[in-house]
Amino acid sequence: MAKKTILPFGPQHPVLPEPIQLQLVMEDEIVVEAIPAIGYVHRGLEKLTETKAIAENIFVVERICGICSFMHALCYCQGIESLMNITVPDRSRFLRVIWGELHRLHSHHLWLGLLADAFGFESLFMQCWRNREMVMDIMEMTAGSRVIISTNALGGVRRDIDSDQQKFILNSLNKLQEELDNIKRVFSDDYTVNKRLVDVAVISKEDAHELGAVGPVMRASGLSFDYRTTGYAAYNELDFEPIVEQSGDCYARMMVRLRECYQSIDIIRQAFAKLPEGPIASPVKGFPSGEIATRVEQPRGEVLYYIKANGTNHLDRLRVRTPTFANIPALLKMVKGLTLADIPIAILSIDPCISCTER
Amino acid sequence: MMGILQTAATKSPWIVHFDCGSCNGCDIEILACLTPLYDVERFGVLNVGNPKHADILVVSGTANYRNARVLRNVYDQMPWPKAVVAVGACASTGGIFRNCYNTLGGVDKVIPVDVYVPGCAAKPEAIMEGVLQAVQVLEKRKETGETYAG
Repeated sequence: MAKKTILPFGPQHPVLPEPIQLQLVMEDEIVVEAIPAIGYVHRGLEKLTETKAIAENIFVVERICGICSFMHALCYCQGIESLMNITVPDRSRFLRVIWGELHRLHSHHLWLGLLADAFGFESLFMQCWRNREMVMDIMEMTAGSRVIISTNALGGVRRDIDSDQQKFILNSLNKLQEELDNIKRVFSDDYTVNKRLVDVAVISKEDAHELGAVGPVMRASGLSFDYRTTGYAAYNELDFEPIVEQSGDCYARMMVRLRECYQSIDIIRQAFAKLPEGPIASPVKGFPSGEIATRVEQPRGEVLYYIKANGTNHLDRLRVRTPTFANIPALLKMVKGLTLADIPIAILSIDPCISCTER
Repeated sequence: MMGILQTAATKSPWIVHFDCGSCNGCDIEILACLTPLYDVERFGVLNVGNPKHADILVVSGTANYRNARVLRNVYDQMPWPKAVVAVGACASTGGIFRNCYNTLGGVDKVIPVDVYVPGCAAKPEAIMEGVLQAVQVLEKRKETGETYAG
């Protein structure tokens, strides 16, 4: 019986872009348990939303997470809109889908790059991030800002995408798809990549369900669920299927995200083809009252907002349950029995977003 | 020997990045600086994971009660001469989170900051400009022989 040692992993660690600590209980090289220690990024954002006006809160919730900022704002706006019974114009519903999928594209590219970096494939990391800049250029052109684009507003969107911009976007997406084909070959077939990912950090279908995993982690374990299929924004008018893989290991989680990149490109094309003419925002008057829970599918999984309003310009309570929080139990399960060298990849495979989790 | 090290620090500054309480917006822009479109490596800038290898500390996000000690720890481990770049509104002043109960404000409440980069999120061009200004701070410290003030 080997002696147990506790190894602190983080908060500042080269593979982690954000501070989280895992205390790894080790027996020689094997992890027998992982104890998470969080709180390094906690800001008290939910309390802050109670002091700001309802329209100002859009800018606050966008800063829960810079990577999926658009989806946070979307979820919040949808909640307030359904509390106030506002019908959003058709054009803005489609524009929301387009920006949402652009965010998914850039988030997945970012993650694929970080994964490549974690298994030491530096040039693949650079390639993914080079491709990602095409998406960032689209964001900058359509919204004027690269990461936090602030295009959501209560009742619709703040900016329109005109026909010249549409041409540019569709051209960029064609180029992006060609580049994706190149990196997909490496990710799916390369011998070294397979060695690092296949059968690493497996989570079974039953465990994923029982531990409440969401998003790509859940779909990689064979559970077919994607909140977009419920048809919020304009997703009910677009044709797509949840992407599912069966093996539940890091390779499957990588493949889900890689295939979702193609899916996002396809959804954006469909949305542009169906984009109706018309206004981009409905007028909003008065203040909401009542309580509501809304959900949106983020790149990392589904996010849940609970909003309680009291008829004034300030909310009583805003509660956010983010996808990474839901995936941490699954992570703790999957690191058991891994060797220390595989820990960075296992942690990255859930695409952790600590600033979401801690707010 | 000291001469070689200090020349290396200004000709090829190595940076270490620490995320205090950022929303990731600035972090991904810092990472974007390292990648082919912006490519700070052409200035000799290299991102390292170990604070003991680094000349410039790039911080994003607000300081809070829990990470202040970690930030101080990272800063203290860096060898002199060193410089600190606060990236984004949060790291500079606390930004949108300055009134939150768990934030102390900008990172200058915890460690001395040399360069402030504005923006929410700061653009890669601005971050690169900030790092290059920090190099000038390093050069000045080398010339004047300024010593570690703690």
